[in-house]
Amino acid sequence: MFITGLYLLTAGLLVISMRKDKRKTMMSLKKSWKSLENILPQFMTIILLIGMMLAVLSPQDISKLIGQESGWGGLMIAAVIGAVTLIPGFVAFPLAAALLKSGAGLIQVTVFVTSLMGVGVVTMPIEIKYFGRKAAILRNALALVFSFVTAFTMGAVLK
Amino acid sequence: MINTLKKYKFFIIVGVIDLIWGLLNPSVGLKSLQISADSLGEMFTIVPPVFILLGLFDVWVPRTTIIKLMGEGSGWLGAILAFALGSFSAGPLYAAFPVAGVLLSKGSRFSNVLIFIGAWSTTKVPMLLFEAASLGWRFMFYRLLINIVGILLIGYAVGKMITDQDRRLLYDKVLTLPT
Repeated sequence: MFITGLYLLTAGLLVISMRKDKRKTMMSLKKSWKSLENILPQFMTIILLIGMMLAVLSPQDISKLIGQESGWGGLMIAAVIGAVTLIPGFVAFPLAAALLKSGAGLIQVTVFVTSLMGVGVVTMPIEIKYFGRKAAILRNALALVFSFVTAFTMGAVLK
Repeated sequence: MINTLKKYKFFIIVGVIDLIWGLLNPSVGLKSLQISADSLGEMFTIVPPVFILLGLFDVWVPRTTIIKLMGEGSGWLGAILAFALGSFSAGPLYAAFPVAGVLLSKGSRFSNVLIFIGAWSTTKVPMLLFEAASLGWRFMFYRLLINIVGILLIGYAVGKMITDQDRRLLYDKVLTLPT
């Protein structure tokens, strides 16, 4: 639904742009292609890494790792798995729900979900390319710390 | 040719590792190939419109507009805009960085670009709806609330920790990227 909207918006704007200025539109498409070409090698590498990682670490394995260990050990495992893996939301949220149902702690599951979304070790090379090393490392480190803050706050609120 | 090989250096290295590993352990290899194919499908649905919009944005929106809306003096308006831009997006995080690069090169404040990345990664609207369906509205709502604070804090903190010299290097680098 959202994707359809995105395509409609893009098509609509492209048509308006074409009507207004054909030359400028061609220039914009050239720019689109150039910036895509520039980042495509990294994108493709990430695609391979996602495949490798999820093949070794299936949702079942993840639930075993986070589900069994509670306390600080489980918390650390959850944070690390969240930080290094790249799982799309439509896989991650049902996984998190299943984890909770099978007895994993709320704090562990929240750390996993938030570090998964906010911290991207695999996407770091791309982030460094655009933001520089210092900013990329700082942003990811702070996001990792904040996933703990989120989890403990959630643990206190949703008791 | 040589240049292309150089650009795809890491892709080739990872690909070869993947291949050897897949040959040694066919079931895992096959699975990884399948997951990669799925992600590739996701990439090719989301990447074309995002990059076309990026190009249109680059050509039609003047730098002065972005400086005014999201630049150094933009204050809360800039932060809110960055938030909205990130939240009403689609696609995996890696697609957000080229967009962030264009925002930077158009003169957006660095902390606003970080807020945009934060929103893209953790408060995307389609994902929130999905989160509520899986984990309940209460979970989604409180996480959203806490993370909004976190995204703003991280944006400002990293923006502050980056020195003027870092920033100059960064802006130079982004401007030389072919966006």
